[in-house]
Amino acid sequence: MSSYMIEAIGTGIIETLEMTFFSSIFAYLIGLPLGVLLYATAEGRILANRGIQVVLGVFINIGRSLPFLILLVLLIPLTRMLTGSSIGTVASIVPLTIGAVPIVARMVESSLSEVSEGIIEAATSMGASPWYIILHFLLPEAMPSLMLGAAINVATILGYSAMAGVIGGGGLGAIALQYGYYRYQKDVLWTTVTLLVLMVMLIQGSGNRLAKKIRR
Amino acid sequence: MEVFQLQGVSKTYENDGETFRALEDVSLTIEEGEIFGIIGMSGAGKSTLVRTLNRLEDVSEGSVRFYGQDLATLSRRDIRNIRQQIAMIFQSFNLLGQRSVLANVMQPLKIAGVPRHLRKEKALEMLRIVGLEDKQRAYPSRLSGGQRQRVAIARALAANPKVLLCDEATSALDPKMTGEILDLLKEINRTRKLTIVIITHEMSVVEKICNRVAIIDQGRLAEVGEVAEIFRNPTSNAARKLVFPSNPFDPSSKNNKLIRLVFDGLAASRPFIAELVEKTGKTVNILSANTKSVGGIGYGQMVVEVPGDEAEQQTIINFFRQGGLSVQEVNAL
Repeated sequence: MSSYMIEAIGTGIIETLEMTFFSSIFAYLIGLPLGVLLYATAEGRILANRGIQVVLGVFINIGRSLPFLILLVLLIPLTRMLTGSSIGTVASIVPLTIGAVPIVARMVESSLSEVSEGIIEAATSMGASPWYIILHFLLPEAMPSLMLGAAINVATILGYSAMAGVIGGGGLGAIALQYGYYRYQKDVLWTTVTLLVLMVMLIQGSGNRLAKKIRR
Repeated sequence: MEVFQLQGVSKTYENDGETFRALEDVSLTIEEGEIFGIIGMSGAGKSTLVRTLNRLEDVSEGSVRFYGQDLATLSRRDIRNIRQQIAMIFQSFNLLGQRSVLANVMQPLKIAGVPRHLRKEKALEMLRIVGLEDKQRAYPSRLSGGQRQRVAIARALAANPKVLLCDEATSALDPKMTGEILDLLKEINRTRKLTIVIITHEMSVVEKICNRVAIIDQGRLAEVGEVAEIFRNPTSNAARKLVFPSNPFDPSSKNNKLIRLVFDGLAASRPFIAELVEKTGKTVNILSANTKSVGGIGYGQMVVEVPGDEAEQQTIINFFRQGGLSVQEVNAL
């Protein structure tokens, strides 16, 4: 492999990490509150609200059912509006975030659903308000499960970031596509794929370890 | 003074178009400082009943008053303030598994807005009362069931409630731990003048610590009164089922009668069965006998089979009645 290629792969690693990191942060900033709402507004729950529940449910299901590649293309105008460009690392953070939000929201909802009803009943009987229950009972109690979910989500976002290469996003995915696939450079293809696999393993592994460490 | 006053409380659930009446016209009062038992078979509605006391369940009809205040009229904020005065413990403890024992006990204080530095002090005091001060840094998963319920009691008492509701609080515990928890509750009732409401399906729990008891059967109030009185003379079928020995007996001959004799501390010192033989020349067959403490007084109860014809049986029954024993036919069940 040429030194140019090695340098490109080095940059690719950094770009992939950047995209994954920032997209994950933004996806959780939006997805976590949505997931909490999705959980709490369901029938019989502490903030039961059929209207919010239905609207949220529809948006999240649409978001999740669109293939990410289609979403990438559909979001080009929005991306251009927000970042001034539709190609490159920064630009791909927009579709990555939007693609990940519904996944994060569902994962958060599912983690919160694991908390026993008894805990909520105990909190209610203490006179806690719904928001107090969410902040001081539900989220802390669901934390290990949220951690495991986060590891899965970040790994998914990393996988998506490789797809962003198709529409001119940077990172290892773009390199694998341009050099490995279009130019038949098998060594580049396998190197980038191996690197992606290693990164996913690293993310999943540290998520598992963290969840295990904080679980009491 | 009445802590709770229930007037014609009914609760109806709608489920797939079918209505289910969990409670039907329940009226009772719970007095300040007493340990009040609510007993019934599972599915009788007692858990629903206790949840109307802090409005975890809204009532469909009737009213629940807490110190004279109708809970149904309160705003969400007001009911939250009231709930801080009505603590609750549960069969499954419901502690936060991700928080230390100390943090769990501090939770209601935080909700009540107690300043941070006072919370720890108060929580430690509560842990001292339940005898778990040394476990303050432990997590609930490391504790035994009995210890977890002690932590739950410490948590329940932390914000100085006026009442403690116990929903099958000892049902997940073995007999020894049950005894310890009941002793603790009794102690707390005595020293802190705390009103305690106990939901249970076990007569032994009621006998051990309750002053008064309500018997709930299929959503209705079957009987309410002093525990000792109900033990001596249960009038409702539901009460008889709870008080009488649980294993069914069959008379060895169709004509024989089964009777239950109850004698309190004084009568227990007389040899009734021997005297029966001496004075009337008649005999009975003892099927079961035991003594227990009910509301602090020792009671003996015996199920005996009475042979012979109507007249003979009446002689025997009269002999016991004249001796001051409470006599009931078991066949009436």
